[in-house]
Amino acid sequence: MKIVFTTKGKTWESPIDARFGRAEMFLIYDEESDTLEAIDNSATESMEHGVGGVSSKRMINAGANVVITGNGAGEKALKILKTTGIAFFTGAGEMSVKEAYEAYKANKLQKQF
Amino acid sequence: MKITIASGKGGTGKTTVSSNLTSYLASLGKKVVLADLDVEEPNSALFLNAELVNSKVSNKMIPKWDATDCTLCGKCEEVCNFNAILHLPEEIRVFPELCHSCYACSELCPTNSLPMTPSPIGIINEYRNELFSMVEGRLDLGQEMSIPLIAQTIEYVDEKFPDYMKIYDAPPGTSCPVIESSRYSDFVILITEATPFGLNDLTLAVETMKVLNQKVGVIINRYGIGDDGVERYCQDENIPIITKIKNDKEVAKLYSNGELIYNKIEHFKDSLDDIIAFIGGLK
Repeated sequence: MKIVFTTKGKTWESPIDARFGRAEMFLIYDEESDTLEAIDNSATESMEHGVGGVSSKRMINAGANVVITGNGAGEKALKILKTTGIAFFTGAGEMSVKEAYEAYKANKLQKQF
Repeated sequence: MKITIASGKGGTGKTTVSSNLTSYLASLGKKVVLADLDVEEPNSALFLNAELVNSKVSNKMIPKWDATDCTLCGKCEEVCNFNAILHLPEEIRVFPELCHSCYACSELCPTNSLPMTPSPIGIINEYRNELFSMVEGRLDLGQEMSIPLIAQTIEYVDEKFPDYMKIYDAPPGTSCPVIESSRYSDFVILITEATPFGLNDLTLAVETMKVLNQKVGVIINRYGIGDDGVERYCQDENIPIITKIKNDKEVAKLYSNGELIYNKIEHFKDSLDDIIAFIGGLK
């Protein structure tokens, strides 16, 4: 399973970025190889429109199975990702990456789709 | 002649002045037409007791993906400046609401897989009362792009009323819709009120019109409230103050009831006379 966290940093201690489309960074945890990989997403900050699409494409290209975030996917991201089989979990906006992963494992996050 | 009535700040009296001015000019025998270009919330028709005489669907052109010959090369996404096209592993996704109809993706597609097709964004309504005609653009719910509809409303008025004087009632603010409503006009009248808020937004509007090389004049509405900041600013910037409309509760009452004002309140009519004299001097 590849689990993507929307984050403001590259480590297990980094805080979750509550936003999906304009998340500062995507941190990908590959459960099989037990490795973390970061994708910089900060360019979306200065984009006026369409970040939902851009970030969704990054999820598809990264081969994500699960996305863990704070507020959830917006309208455009929803349209794209609902058909891909990627699962979205929300409510981790105030957590660190580690806490968010534990909460996900303990079934304590809300499933958006 | 084409006159745009604009403002930086909202609620300063664009619709009040443009609807009354058009009606008054028409009553004096002038061939004049009013265009409501505030397509996100057109409301001039409310004041004019007018009958709908014609409606036309407004479209914008958007690319429609045809999978037949597409090689998924991704050129379309590359050339789109607005993130309106997404090149996914197995498909091309178009977001019509983000598309600026620039045709780049469609023209540059090696396999012609993105033909441009019309997509409705709103409606153009033409009204008529006993004195004059009025045309409004009305954007559909959920549409984000008002510019094509504003452009088409202006075009409709030009085609239907070629030798008429045109009064454009612009949306508030200083962004693209205001620019589209002002760029083809002969003159822009900015309505403000003499408050620090009014002055701040007037300054922004004047700067915008400078970029467009548009000549401007100012109307101070609700004169009597606020301070003399606007007047000093206009003096410093050499901007003519066309008229000052007195702050008057009766004007507000008539407006709230959806009634015209100039035929009931003398000082308001005097202000319209100032505007007409000023416009007459523009030629």
